[in-house]
Amino acid sequence: MKINVFVTPKKNVLDPQGAAVGHALESLGFQGLKGTRVGKLIELEVEAADTPDFRARLDQVCRDLLSNPVIEDFRCEIVQK
Amino acid sequence: MNVAVLQFPGSNCDQDVFHLFAGGLRLPTRYVWHKETGLGAADLVVIPGGFSYGDYLRCGAIARFSPVMAAVRDFAGAGGLVFGICNGFQILCEAGLLPGALIRNASLEFRCLTSALKVEASTEAFNPRSLGAAVRLPIGHGEGNYRIDEPGLARLEANRQVLLRYVENPNGSLGDIAGIRNESGNVFGMMPHPDRAFERFHPSQDGLAVARAVLAARFPEVLRRTG
Repeated sequence: MKINVFVTPKKNVLDPQGAAVGHALESLGFQGLKGTRVGKLIELEVEAADTPDFRARLDQVCRDLLSNPVIEDFRCEIVQK
Repeated sequence: MNVAVLQFPGSNCDQDVFHLFAGGLRLPTRYVWHKETGLGAADLVVIPGGFSYGDYLRCGAIARFSPVMAAVRDFAGAGGLVFGICNGFQILCEAGLLPGALIRNASLEFRCLTSALKVEASTEAFNPRSLGAAVRLPIGHGEGNYRIDEPGLARLEANRQVLLRYVENPNGSLGDIAGIRNESGNVFGMMPHPDRAFERFHPSQDGLAVARAVLAARFPEVLRRTG
């Protein structure tokens, strides 16, 4: 199956990269911008069945490696079974 | 008193750190490759600066899962002295051996300069009495912006875990924090480089006293011997 893991800076954590991109958007004349946050997308391709056990293991690696819970949130999307 | 200097793919201050402890402090020092599962005879483990695993994913995130880090975790858990410098500090935060995390500098710039640092009264040996009110150490990093949640910051301050603060904040760190220790006082981490500040040709020689102050957390007698 294919899984997209979105990792984003926590709402209350400063995101210097997002701020810089936001400034650039403003200077391009992109109007009405209220916020810019930059995160990352990690695409996984896994041979496994979508079981509660698999979801738990996925959640664990997202917490342990793919994101740092001190500064980041993550969200998994199973895009193709 | 044996010093173990860890080497990851992408470590680039390993030789500087080796020279600080072997040459500067005249202590038996050796390298430990990241694939090792044990540390051998070690009284101090130093994690040097660099770009372990190319800083992929997050700085220090992948190094944290190297085999040797399990040994470091056990060593620190048993009270062993661990010192992370720059990328080593980032690795210790990622490993959860130190609280908080280091993110991109607020300026988005890589900052490379000799930084004035205010010394905090943190331990018996790491304080303004032994080090002076301020030291000067080189920094060179793009991700030294220290972050921690409010309760975490309050705990750091209440336990006097902050070692050094930037006099002029180069990276946006909360509380101007440049270096911290863990609550039990055996794990130390800092962005500035004592390993680039001890030779006459270095911009400062304060690194030797800073390294000694870290060592003294467990080995005050070694400091007397090495003068």
